Amino acid sequence: MTTDQRIRFLVKPAVFVLCLGPLAWIIGRALTIGLGANPIEYSNRYLGDWALRFILIALAVTPGREILGWSWLARLRRMLGLFAFAYVVLHVLSYVGLDQFFDWWAIGGEILKRQYITVGMIAVTLLIPLAITSTNGMVRRMGGRAWQRLHRLAYVIGMLGCLHFYMMVKSDTREPIIYASILACLLGYRLIAAGRRRLARNRRNTPQPA
Amino acid sequence: MLIKSIRASDAKPSEITPKSVYMDRRRFLQTAAAGAALASFANGPAGAAKIDGIKKWPGSLTSEKLTPLDSIASYNNFYEFGTDKSDPVRNARFFMPRPWTVAIGGEVAKPATVDLDALLKPHTPEERIYRMRCVEAWSMVIPWVGIPLADVLKRFEPTSKAKFVAFETLNDPKRMPGQAVPSLQWPYVEGLRIDEAMHPLTLLAVGIYDEDMPNQNGAPLRLVVPWKYGFKGIKSIVKISLVEKQPPTSWNIAAPNEYGFFSNVNPKVDHQRWSQAKERRSGEFLRRDTLMFNGYGDEVASMYTGLDLKANY
Ligand code: HEM
Repeated sequence: MTTDQRIRFLVKPAVFVLCLGPLAWIIGRALTIGLGANPIEYSNRYLGDWALRFILIALAVTPGREILGWSWLARLRRMLGLFAFAYVVLHVLSYVGLDQFFDWWAIGGEILKRQYITVGMIAVTLLIPLAITSTNGMVRRMGGRAWQRLHRLAYVIGMLGCLHFYMMVKSDTREPIIYASILACLLGYRLIAAGRRRLARNRRNTPQPA
Repeated sequence: MLIKSIRASDAKPSEITPKSVYMDRRRFLQTAAAGAALASFANGPAGAAKIDGIKKWPGSLTSEKLTPLDSIASYNNFYEFGTDKSDPVRNARFFMPRPWTVAIGGEVAKPATVDLDALLKPHTPEERIYRMRCVEAWSMVIPWVGIPLADVLKRFEPTSKAKFVAFETLNDPKRMPGQAVPSLQWPYVEGLRIDEAMHPLTLLAVGIYDEDMPNQNGAPLRLVVPWKYGFKGIKSIVKISLVEKQPPTSWNIAAPNEYGFFSNVNPKVDHQRWSQAKERRSGEFLRRDTLMFNGYGDEVASMYTGLDLKANY
């Protein structure tokens, strides 16, 4: 088997199944021991947690690839990003369909009045163009640079996700701060790497004294 | 979940399923049963003890379905044992609610520090079924066992200077692991105005469903004020002081714009971050309307005439 085949036929399907794990787990739990005294809150929060985790996992691909030297990781990035989108959608569906039971009037009011939901809504809105432009065709049509620039929005979405979580908790802010710190490290790595590249480029371009 | 009752005429699973699969299923069921036994152990190593001589209180709520003990004792906001709702049942497992003393002091003629059993002895425990409305917009119907706070306080003879009552939870990070984390300022403190404390609905609870209070619900002694949000019901009380000035309260210290001193259930005054107009009753799918004073308005509204309930949330 070539490396390409190994990735296509082994790694990708395995990661795909792994990514379905959290969803399978909550469905399994709901059908057996149940989700506790407040199952709707449980499903909202569980899916919200995994939405944010997948955003961070997808953002960790490039640093992971560069630090570990595993170039094949890049080929999982789209799938991980789309799983992040899927869990965000499930989280929002759980809110709309279970928590508010399609009470659109109430939902509209909450989006306007509750700042943490406003923030969540902005994050979801920003995610949609990223999901739409995730195909190879779209990358080609947009051109690599424009596509890359657009997809840097993922960091903004990650920040909004952390902020949404931080604003939602009552007093124990440890968890959202942990997520925000991970995001800060990922972003910090990218900024430093970009800074280094720019420095190297400038050095090459400046005429050296003879 | 599909649960089918088996009639004698039904085929036995062994008749229609290959034996190996059937045996596997039995093993699975045995494992599940062991898991359930382990889960019931979570309620405390000693097992809950029945409370004797309980009198039924005629005012109990009978028109709404009781929340099962399972739900009441597994979904708890009790930050002393962790901030996740599933933490207290785990982390309070080995908490020892005896021996226990309560210090009653301040503006009383007879201050004393009393052993809990001695404190309770002169009183007959009552079963009182109340609605419990959490500030997080969920609710339950709970059959508490307890005694009116007023009956207890009167024994210590409050003076004319006693305008408020301040309560304090045990502060012992070795026994309450959540206190190792500054998720709130420890010890947890709460307070009531004297007329609220003396109100006949205000209960010092010692049990649920005729049994000793589960650790995770605030053993051995907690406050229940059914027309206020649940967090006013301070748990594992070690100190009760009658005071002249309004005492500080934990959630008000943590977020003054979100949690006021009164914290009366009020569907018209929203929490900063969510609406209080409706609530999700444990076990129900659709939200139900939240009632003014949690449905106890006839009994308590007169205490607040002339008070702006929006400003005094
Ligand atoms: C990128 C988008 C989003 C992400 C990453 C995200 C993530 C999260 C996370 C991590 C939590 C906290 C879970 C916990 O407590 O463990 C949460 C809570 C919540 N989210 Fe989102 N969210 C997003 C968008 C939205 C949107 C658009 C809505 C509503 C329209 C929403 C509604 C909620 C609600 C209501 C809660 C609180 C649940 C509760 O208190 O029971 N979220 N979200």
